[in-house]
Amino acid sequence: MGPLLILIILAVVLVAWAIMKYNGLVTLRNQVANGWKQIDVQLKRRHDLIPNLVNTIKGAMEFEQETLQKVIAARGAAVSATGVADAAAKEGALAGALGKLFALAESYPALTSNENVKQLQEELASTENKIGFARQFYNDITTKFNIAQQVFPGNIIAGIFGFRPSELFEIKDAGERDVPQVDLTLRK
Amino acid sequence: MSATPANIFEQQSANRRKTVIVMVAFALFVGFLGFGFDVFLLGYSPGGRSLFGFPIATIAALILGGVSAYAGLESGARSVLASSGALPASAEDPRYRQLHNIVEEMAIASGLPKPQVYVIPDPDPNAFATGKDPDHACIAVTQGLLDSLNREELQGVIAHEMGHVRNYDIRLMTVIAALIGAVMLLVEFGSRSLRFGAGGRRNSSERSGGGGGVILLVFWVIGLILAPFVSQLLAMAVSRQREFLADASGAELTRNPGALASALQKIDEAVEPTRSIKKGTAHLCIANPLGSSLDDKEGFFAELFSTHPPIRRRIMILKGMSYQHA
Repeated sequence: MGPLLILIILAVVLVAWAIMKYNGLVTLRNQVANGWKQIDVQLKRRHDLIPNLVNTIKGAMEFEQETLQKVIAARGAAVSATGVADAAAKEGALAGALGKLFALAESYPALTSNENVKQLQEELASTENKIGFARQFYNDITTKFNIAQQVFPGNIIAGIFGFRPSELFEIKDAGERDVPQVDLTLRK
Repeated sequence: MSATPANIFEQQSANRRKTVIVMVAFALFVGFLGFGFDVFLLGYSPGGRSLFGFPIATIAALILGGVSAYAGLESGARSVLASSGALPASAEDPRYRQLHNIVEEMAIASGLPKPQVYVIPDPDPNAFATGKDPDHACIAVTQGLLDSLNREELQGVIAHEMGHVRNYDIRLMTVIAALIGAVMLLVEFGSRSLRFGAGGRRNSSERSGGGGGVILLVFWVIGLILAPFVSQLLAMAVSRQREFLADASGAELTRNPGALASALQKIDEAVEPTRSIKKGTAHLCIANPLGSSLDDKEGFFAELFSTHPPIRRRIMILKGMSYQHA
C-alpha cells in the first residue's frame, strides 16, 4: 500500500508540473504573437504616414527627388515584406531612408516652419519610437519564450509538444545600425 | 518583461498584499473609533448593560470602514484626479498630441494598455499616476511639465509613471491617498464627539468599570491624535522606496536614464510648490509637490518626514546607470 501511494503521488506531482510548464509555454507563445502584432500595427502606421509626408514636402524639396524616390521605394519594399527577418531588414532600410530625408529637410526653412510638416514629423518620430519600443518588448518576451524552451527540464515539455523558438526582430546589416536619428527637439 | 521579471512579479504581489493590509488596518481603525463611541457615549461595557446591549457603533463603524476602504480602491483615482484639478487631455488636441504619443510609446514598451491622460493646469512641473490596476490607470502631468521639458525628458517622466503603473504602486498609493483623507475626517469627527461627550464621561466610566475605562479612554484619545500622523508616515515610507524603483523601471523602459535625470534636474530647479496638489496626494507625485527644501536634505529624520528620497541622490543613481549604458 505504502509504495503504491508514493508512486501515485509522484505521478500526480509530475503531471501537475507538466501541465504548468505547458501552460506557461502557451502563454509565452501568445505573448510573442501579440508582441509581433504590436510591431506590425506600428509598421503599418508608418507605411500610411509616408505618402502623406511625401505629398506635403515634395513641392518644397524638388531638388531632392532622388531621396524622395528612395523613401517611396523603401516603403514599397517594406510593405511587401514577409516574415520577421525580412521585415526587419526592409524596415531598417526604410528607417534609414526616412532619417536621411529628415536630415535634408532641416536645410529647408519653409519646411521646418510648416505646422503640417511639424505634425507629420512628430507623428513619424513617435511611430519610429513605437516601433523601437514594440521591438524591444517583442525581443524581450521572445527571448524569455526561447529560454523557457531551451533550459532543462522545460526543454522536455517543449520537445514533446513541438514548441519552436521564435525569431528575434533584429537589424542584420551593420550599416543600418547607425540610422540617422530623427530630430526630437522640435518642441522648442 | 525585461531584465528583472521575477522582481516585478514579487513587487506586484507585495503591493497587492500591502493594499489589503492598509485597507484592513483602516477598517479596524474606524471600528476602534466606533468602539470608543460605544464605551464613552453609549455607555457600553463588555458583559455589562447598555443602551442597546451590544456594541452598535463598533459594528456600524466596522461596516462603514470596510465599505469606505473598498470605495477608496474603486473610486480613489477619480477623487485624487478631481482634488488636483486634473482635466482629461484629448488626443485630438494638437497641444497634447505629443503627450499622447509618448504615453502610447511607454505603454508599448511596458506591454500594458495605454493609460488615460490628464493635464493639470499648474505652472509647476510635476506628474503622477493613479488607478486601481494597469487596466484602469491614469497618468496626470502639469502644464508646467509640458512647457519645461523636451520630448526625451518628458518620455523619461512618463516612463517613471509607467513603472508605477506596472508595479501596482498606483493601487497601493491611491488607496492610501483616499484613506488618508478619510482618516482626517474621522479624527475630526472623533475629537468633536469627545468634546461633546465630555459631560457624560464620568457617568459612563463608572459604568464601564472605573480604572479600566480611563485607560481605554487614554488609548482612544492617543489613537485619535496619532492617526493622521501615522497614516502620513506610512504614506511617506511606502512612497520613498517606490521612487527609486520607478526610476529604475523607467530607465529600463526607455533605456535612456540620462533623460529622466535631466528631467528631475529641471523639476528640482523649479522650487515653487505645486499648488494644485494637496497634502494627502503628495506621495503619488514624481517629485515632492510641497516644495523641495526637505527633499534636498539627507539623513534619517529629514527622510522620515519626506515623501520622496533626495532628488540629488536619484539623479546621481540615474547618471550612474547611463554611464553603464554608454
